[in-house]
This record gives sequence, C-alpha cells and structure tokens, in this order.
Amino acid sequence: MKEYFHSVNLDKDKCRGCTNCIKRCPTEAIRVRKSKAQIINERCIDCGECIRVCPYHAKTAINDGLDIINNFKYKVVLPAPSLYGQFDKKYSRDNILFALKSIGFDYVFEVAKAAEIVSEATRQLLKNNEIKKPMISSACPAVVRLIQVRFPGLIDNIVKLESPMEVAAKIAKSEIHEKYNIPMDDIGAFFISPCAAKATSVKSPYEKQKSNVDGVIFIKDIYLKILSALNNVDNTKKLAEAGADGIDWANSGGESGALGTEKVLSVDGIHNVIKIFDEIEADRLSDIEFVEALSCTGGCLGGPLTLTNVFIAKTTQKKHMSEASKKSINGIYKRSYKDLVWTSNVEYKPVMKLDQNVSKAIEKLEMLEKLYEELPGLDCGACGSPNCRALAEDIVRGTANETDCIFKLRERIRGLAEEMVELGGKMPPVMDRDK
Amino acid sequence: MSTIKLKYEIPANDFIIAGEASSNVKNKLTQIGVSADIIKKAAISMYEAEINAVIHGNGGYAYVEIFSDKVVIKIVDSGPGIPDVEQAMQEGYSTAPDKIREMGFGAGMGLPNMKKYADKLEIYTEVGKGTTIIITVNF
Ligand code: SF4
Ligand code: SF4
Repeated sequence: MKEYFHSVNLDKDKCRGCTNCIKRCPTEAIRVRKSKAQIINERCIDCGECIRVCPYHAKTAINDGLDIINNFKYKVVLPAPSLYGQFDKKYSRDNILFALKSIGFDYVFEVAKAAEIVSEATRQLLKNNEIKKPMISSACPAVVRLIQVRFPGLIDNIVKLESPMEVAAKIAKSEIHEKYNIPMDDIGAFFISPCAAKATSVKSPYEKQKSNVDGVIFIKDIYLKILSALNNVDNTKKLAEAGADGIDWANSGGESGALGTEKVLSVDGIHNVIKIFDEIEADRLSDIEFVEALSCTGGCLGGPLTLTNVFIAKTTQKKHMSEASKKSINGIYKRSYKDLVWTSNVEYKPVMKLDQNVSKAIEKLEMLEKLYEELPGLDCGACGSPNCRALAEDIVRGTANETDCIFKLRERIRGLAEEMVELGGKMPPVMDRDK
Repeated sequence: MSTIKLKYEIPANDFIIAGEASSNVKNKLTQIGVSADIIKKAAISMYEAEINAVIHGNGGYAYVEIFSDKVVIKIVDSGPGIPDVEQAMQEGYSTAPDKIREMGFGAGMGLPNMKKYADKLEIYTEVGKGTTIIITVNF
C-alpha cells in the first residue's frame, strides 16, 4: 500500500514543542519528541484542530500555490460556498465571483450549484429503503476519515455520493469541453478551499482513483488577491447562479436543511461529532434518517483555513442567501443520482489496533493496563504524549519509555540519590578508622 | 494464555457516568482488533446491563474478562432482584419509574436487547438480594 497522504503539516522552525496541540487532536495523532511536534500520519484525519490551537502557527497545510493553475491552458475556478462569507457585506456574490475570475481564471463554476445536485441525489437515496439509515453525510472529508479510523461500524452508513466539489469539477469540465471544444486534458479545475481536509480528498481520494479537481487553493492564500480585485469590480457581470439551498451548505445545518425532512440531525465540531457517532454506533439514535456531521464548529464557514471569524461570516452568508433564489436559477440538472454514486468503498483503517495477532494484542493491552496503573494519572502531557494512557500505549508500541514521564523519572532519581547517599556513607576499608 | 481482567464500579442513579464502562470496554476491544460488529454486540449488551444496574439495582460492579476468543461481562448488583424473569424478557415490559422513562431510559428493551446481542446470556437473580447478569460474546 502506498504511504498515506495527508495535508496537515508541521513547520519545524516555528514549533516550540509546547504540547498544546497534542491534547486537542481527536485521534491522538500528535506526539512531541525532541521538543518538536510530530504527526503520526496514518492517524491524522486532517481536521485542522491543531492548526487552530497552535499559538505559534507552526501547523500548516501543504498547498499547491496559485502558480499551479499555469499548468493548464484553460482554467476553471470552483469556489467553495464558504468563500462568500469571507468578504464585507457590501460586495455581492457577482462582485466576488468576478473578482475571483479576474485573478487569472477563464471560467467560474460555483460549488454551491453542485451542492444542490448532491442534495437532490440525497433526497432520492433517502427514499430508498435498502440504504442503511441513518445515512451519514460524506461532505466533510475529515469526518469520513474519522469514521475510517475510529468508527468502523459506521462505514456502511456513509452516503456514497460524490462531493459537491467533485460534481462541480466534472460538470464544469464537460460544459467547457462541449461549449468551446477544448480538449479535456487542457482544462484544469481548481477548488478554493476552507480546509486541509478537502486538499487531502483531492490528493488521495478515498472513493476513487483520481479526483476531477486538479489543484486546491486555500481561502487564506487567495484572500488578499480577491480583496484587491474587488476594488475594480464590474457591476454588470452576472456570474452568480446558485440558489440559497446550495449557498447554505457552508453552514452547519445547511445540507440537512435542504432535504425536506425533519428526521435529520446536524452536528458540528469534531469532538461533538465523536459523541454523536458513539450514540449511532450503539443504536441509541432513533427516528433519524440523515446525519450531517461537520468537523468544524459552525460548518465550513469555520474552516481552519478561512480568515473571517465564523460568526461574522455567518451573518454575511445569510445576506447572500437572502439575495439568491431558493434554488439554482437554471434549475438543477435533471439526472439520476446513479451518476454520482462512488465506484468503490472506503475501508476501515485499524490504526488503534495494538497487534495483528489477537493473543499478542491482549498481551500488549495487559501490559498497557499495568503501566497505566503505575503512571500518576495527571495527564500533564510533559512526556509528549497526550495523556497517561497514551504514554502507556506508546511504551507498549515501543515508541516511548517509562522515564519519559517526569514523575517516574523523579522517582528513579530519588531512588538513585538515596542509593548514592547510602553508598557515600560507606568508607573503603583501608580508610575506615573505626575498625 | 493471557487474559485481561477489568473491574468497574457502577454508581447508583448516576446517568452521567452510566455507559462509561461499556464505552471503555469498546475502546479496549478496538485496540485488540476485534471486528466492528462483534464490538457492537458487546458494547450494546453491556450498556444495557449497566443501565439496568443504575436504574433498578442501586448500582454495582462490572467485571469484564477478555480472552482471545471471547469477552465475558459480569454485572453484579445488590438491588431488589427480578421477581419474574420471563416477564422482564418481554420487549416493552418495564418497571422503571416515570421519572426515569421521561429521561429516555427504561423503555423495557434492556433484557431483550441483551438477549439479542449476547451470544450467551445468564441471569441469576434473587428477590431482595440482587441480580447477576453474565453476557458472553464470542469473537
Ligand atoms: S489535523 Fe486533526 S487529526 Fe491531524 S494531527 Fe491535527 S488535530 Fe490531529
Ligand atoms: S467542516 Fe468543512 S471546512 Fe471543516 S474540515 Fe469539514 S469540509 Fe473542511
């Protein structure tokens, strides 16, 4: 298997090894070693919690950079619905899209429009009794990865539909190809993203071999460029087509709100998502057919690579929604949801497993329990592991030592010191005058 | 052959802590690499037993032993006991007071659910003395 790719990364120069991040990570994927944080790649779900929490801004996301668009002759930009909420209220969606296009793109296709298509497909799936309920949205890639590493029992509940981003790239490319007769290979599609998770889903897509998106640019990296382009907007250009239902996908509750049923639950914030998934896995959630789960508090408007405060962005987003018609102005494309269904499935990644062999795993767990008993239980993080239990686990996995615990170390030193004092009191027989 | 023995206290009438033991066991089974559907069986049946001990049994203890081929969960309470086990096994039969039902517990699915998810269910109960429930789930 090829090495697991993920986007969130550490800037070693900026990291001070402060241990703030290790405690927030929902999959316990970070350790501090040699005064630098390290991410255990297979465990990271790219939720970006560590980006948010690092006081020194040492956590970053691998990005493609704007230059990547020059690899293609014809360039399409796909703005995430959350882009609209980033700018001052006085700019209309047309303004923003025009400014974005003027940076160097030939074509704009709103991901919000594709979101409406995915909503329609989801409504069709909801009616299908053969599909396992509650369905869990696959819109947030961090949540899908979370299920892969922590909730294998929920893999069958994931909505196996392509994301609005993928749908947008596909439709935009074929539209351009048909309209202007441009070869498919010459068209590059670039997603303007609020988060690292989306970048990962492009670089190593779980549901298929290759993404239709050719590059991901983070909102924080393109923000200034759009802002300056907004100074000379052309108010006559009409580019905004998506309806309020699609724009609302940027909010927590937006996707589920478009489904037309009350039997939905929407949860945001990765730690809240974990609690709800525990409930679903234990069959304790009744009368819910669809769960919208977003890693970021507030939804994608709160994405780790956005710039505007999520609560301010929400008011702005509301304004854009009130200016739009409910549904996309062209009406959504009449197509069967079958085109959007994943061709392959996601797999369980048993990263928490202690050993391939059950008996060996039991032995290790037994050792882990013993070690844990002996640790002080303060969960201080000074050892570089997120809590005492995780240190015990790391020792069992062979990646840490008991004396990494400063309390254990002190105990050992005290023991040694006592021994030294005792030894110090003993005189070599030749010098001992009492005898 | 090594096994893991775990012991948890189940406090009486504490719904905030209720369920912690079963979710703890769930994490351990995950670390051992037991498959998801089996973990689910163990976690749900243990949760039900745990909640029962909270609601009816004045709390008690959970003793869990994990072997390489099965997990055995023993929940012991010193509550009033179950006068008619057969009746209690029926779906929807419940003696939980209204105030507990209002909280969404005590819908009479406890024992039926345990029976549904456990591979083997043993119930030892004596009125006035308490109840011991032993759930076995095979890997
Ligand atoms: S992105 Fe999320 S999962 Fe990955 S290391 Fe950071 S906090 Fe942990
Ligand atoms: S909630 Fe949205 S912004 Fe946040 S990680 Fe998920 S997809 Fe990205």
